[in-house]
Amino acid sequence: MGDRFDVIVVGAGPAGTSCAYTAAKSGLNVLLIERGEYPGSKNVMGGILYRKQMEEIIPEFWKEAPLERPVVEQRFWFMDRESMVTSSYKGLEWGREPYNNFTVLRAKFDQWFASKAVEQGALLINETVVTECIVEDGRVVGVRTDRPDGDVYADVVVLADGVNSLLGKSLGFHKEWKPDEVALTVMEVMNLPKKTINERFNVEDNQGVSIEIFGDSTQGLLGTAFLYTNKDSLNIGVGTTLSGMIKKKLKPYHLLEYVKTHPMVKPYLEGGETAEYLAHLIPEGGYKSVPRLVGDGVVIVGDAAQFVNAIHREGSNMAMSSGKMAAEAIVRAKEIGDFTERTLDHYRKELYRSFVGKDLKKYKDVTHTFEDHPQYMADYIPMLNKAANKFFTVDGSPKKQKQSDIIKGFTKDKGKITVARDLIRAWKVMK
Amino acid sequence: MEGDEIMAKTIEEKQYLVRFRCDTKSHLEVKDENVCLTSCPDKDCTIFCPADVYKWEGDRMHVGFEGCHECGSCRIGCPYDNIKWEYPKGGHGIVFRLA
Ligand SMILES: Cc1cc2nc3c(=O)[nH]c(=O)nc-3n(C[C@H](O)[C@H](O)[C@H](O)COP(=O)(O)OP(=O)(O)OC[C@H]3O[C@@H](n4cnc5c(N)ncnc54)[C@H](O)[C@@H]3O)c2cc1C
Ligand code: SF4
Ligand code: SF4
Repeated sequence: MGDRFDVIVVGAGPAGTSCAYTAAKSGLNVLLIERGEYPGSKNVMGGILYRKQMEEIIPEFWKEAPLERPVVEQRFWFMDRESMVTSSYKGLEWGREPYNNFTVLRAKFDQWFASKAVEQGALLINETVVTECIVEDGRVVGVRTDRPDGDVYADVVVLADGVNSLLGKSLGFHKEWKPDEVALTVMEVMNLPKKTINERFNVEDNQGVSIEIFGDSTQGLLGTAFLYTNKDSLNIGVGTTLSGMIKKKLKPYHLLEYVKTHPMVKPYLEGGETAEYLAHLIPEGGYKSVPRLVGDGVVIVGDAAQFVNAIHREGSNMAMSSGKMAAEAIVRAKEIGDFTERTLDHYRKELYRSFVGKDLKKYKDVTHTFEDHPQYMADYIPMLNKAANKFFTVDGSPKKQKQSDIIKGFTKDKGKITVARDLIRAWKVMK
Repeated sequence: MEGDEIMAKTIEEKQYLVRFRCDTKSHLEVKDENVCLTSCPDKDCTIFCPADVYKWEGDRMHVGFEGCHECGSCRIGCPYDNIKWEYPKGGHGIVFRLA
């Protein structure tokens, strides 16, 4: 390739493309390198794309982007073997501009988004693996690719290479992730006629539903399952920490079958035809796992930097915002003509000032706490189900008696103090 | 039952639905099979790999790299750091068409 660029972005996922788009729009000369056949061909997502952060990059993107359905109802299931306690919110205002969030299929979406960066002047090269960063005197000055004559140089290299981030690791910005810092997630896209989806989920053509499923969906392990509606297909998936999966000797696809055939889930999938099966990691280490973000001539964005809020399944939006903030810091560095860590550190500062840093910090102990205390998934969700069963079963005993029985039931197995301690701990990490 | 077949129950049925553009060279390599044989009785990689890539054949590990989703779990999850893990050549490996 032999050329020189202002910025080289490695990886055309939401983080990399946001960065390339923003930098190119500001007039920088941008090269975006993707190892897949096309952007999206290596990428997996349950499917919820957040309007707010996307709109900050491309206003009114919904008029043009390949989206599935705007989500008008979010349901939460706390599931036991044969029962569930649910909560949900449905708001038709979410089905109108400016919307709240959308279901998307990433292969289509990522290609479209990258094409928008190209429209802004970025050069996109697919089917190219960046094998290493070229470092001179401790400064990243370019990248080596698996193409013949594949060295390219730039003022700044942006690592948007996703959860595995071999490049961040090779620069020593982080060590190998531990099995409790990542969630292994598998999913299927199942084709189902639009009309059937509308009837089953009680929505109209341009309305979608997201369902997060806790409890028996992960057989007590820390994790969740999800079921989202596309136009004429469903995304059904499940993930737990890799450490949990290893400890329980679980095969991920068996867990997926367990969810698909669960009596609470199965009726929604009936007649569905699997169109694709996908596996991917989600970085879930949170705040404490965030690696070094900035070096001389280099920054890290998106999943590569562990920017995921596992509690609210937000990843793509953090990826986008971090990519945009990195681009803004690079534009500023270009104006000054200095690409050292000191100048690029502007990105890190802005990031920690934004919702990305603040939310990561707020939930900094959540994953570790729930991983170390499996009772939240394994015991309390079944207890909640038992309590609801007791309360709603009409058996002739007065309601006051029922309430007192329920509270006794909660504390009987574990003891009052343990329950109180568990509640306080959960409150502390979530508040 | 017919309805069950299209729901891709087994891992073979699931993998059959995925598009792969295979390289001739493996991007995954067990560094030392002796470690698998002597130190790793559980052989976790044969359990948690979502694509059933690793199969223990009594005294050696069969690595069906062609079906790999490139998720990275085996690199992180092998307790002996015994897997050399690279990306397939540009444009090769798994090609997701949908999500
Ligand atoms: C099953 C699942 C469900 C999820 N659900 C949601 C959800 O509902 N909502 C949400 O917001 N988030 C969700 N997430 C998280 C979300 O998908 C990620 O946070 C987001 O994709 C991160 O974007 P990224 O650009 O940082 O990384 P990626 O999307 O992973 O992109 C990285 C890119 O870099 C490329 N690449 C990597 N290394 C190289 C290299 N050396 N050379 C060239 N190219 C390279 C890859 O091919 C890829 O295109 C989910 C994740 C999973 C796995
Ligand atoms: S987990 Fe590692 S050491 Fe154990 S069998 Fe697999 S590759 Fe070998
Ligand atoms: S990267 Fe994932 S799919 Fe590929 S072999 Fe390793 S665990 Fe299996």
